[in-house]
Amino acid sequence: MTPDIVSIWVYLSASPLTWLTATLAAYVSADWIAARLGRHPLANPVVIAAGILAAILIATGTDYGTYFEGAQFVHFLLGPATVALAVPLWRNLATVRRALLPMAAALVAGSVTAAVSAVAIAWALGAPADVLASLAPKSTTAPIAMELSKSLGGIPALTAVLVVMTGIIGAVVVTPLMNALRIRNFAARGFAVGVASHGIGTARAFQVSEIAGTFAGIAMGLNGALTSLLVLIWLAFAG
Amino acid sequence: MSGDGESSAPPVTPLNLPRAILALLLCQLTGETTILAIRAYYPEIAFPGPVVGMALMFVLLVWLRGPDAGLDATSGAILRNLSLLFVPAAVGIVQYGPVLREFGVTLALALIASTVLTLLVTVGVFLLVARLQGEDRE
Repeated sequence: MTPDIVSIWVYLSASPLTWLTATLAAYVSADWIAARLGRHPLANPVVIAAGILAAILIATGTDYGTYFEGAQFVHFLLGPATVALAVPLWRNLATVRRALLPMAAALVAGSVTAAVSAVAIAWALGAPADVLASLAPKSTTAPIAMELSKSLGGIPALTAVLVVMTGIIGAVVVTPLMNALRIRNFAARGFAVGVASHGIGTARAFQVSEIAGTFAGIAMGLNGALTSLLVLIWLAFAG
Repeated sequence: MSGDGESSAPPVTPLNLPRAILALLLCQLTGETTILAIRAYYPEIAFPGPVVGMALMFVLLVWLRGPDAGLDATSGAILRNLSLLFVPAAVGIVQYGPVLREFGVTLALALIASTVLTLLVTVGVFLLVARLQGEDRE
């Protein structure tokens, strides 16, 4: 009997269907746990689901490439989801239009703070040049960040991890931080988490309010564009 | 509504989901192609195609005066579950144990401090300029 079960597992562990199913099962469980904990900011569904899946991969000795063959079908939807951000943007156009000037000023200040503060702190703690270069674009969305990391002489794969961690930190911290400061302007709150924590921050903002999510989505797109521009300028002067 | 067999509501036009998905994919494809074409001449330019697709979809929505019911429902369903889409990328952390062990503390400190600082600076500047503009009562 045992050899048959082993051969079934050998088949299943390599099948994209298994890891696609596992990704959705982990997320549904994570979302259920987050709901049971009253959507506490620390109970972030991305963190819980990724934790469950990482534990399963390590326990079964499955490499990330095999996992991703199944998970890519979920990952792929990030592109269409980015395009879909245009719909709430259109619906809240009047609010967005009134906030153009605050958005422009906050974008420049936030974008520069995100890159400079991370690099300065890691430099002071003795991180080497390639790690610093990998850290600089960490507040932008993953595809942009990896490109920028490469052109700055960083390690794109490390940047991808730092981007995800930055997203999770922002998504966890933003609600308690803004509540403690008694900031009730959800456009400002959303915009801040979009600049600081790209798509994962935007996902959190949509859980809180549509206005926050809309402004977060705009901030994510604009910060990607501005950081790319700042890196081009930096390379023109430093290189 | 759903699961209630009694309801004899007026007939609803079925949502055209394939058309909504086609619209999203066409915008993304156009955005990706545009960036590829630009990068063929200026390889140092890094910009994500989907964000160009979002801008394109926005222009279309302004032109068409808003989404139809199908696009509204499809984009709403995707955006309400945006967190799910980041799970595969987040699991990628399992690949970088060694790097994270070496620089983990430094990187964690830099990321936490920088993210909190960025949130504070961004929200502060936003509110300050909004107040100067006299539009703070949203």
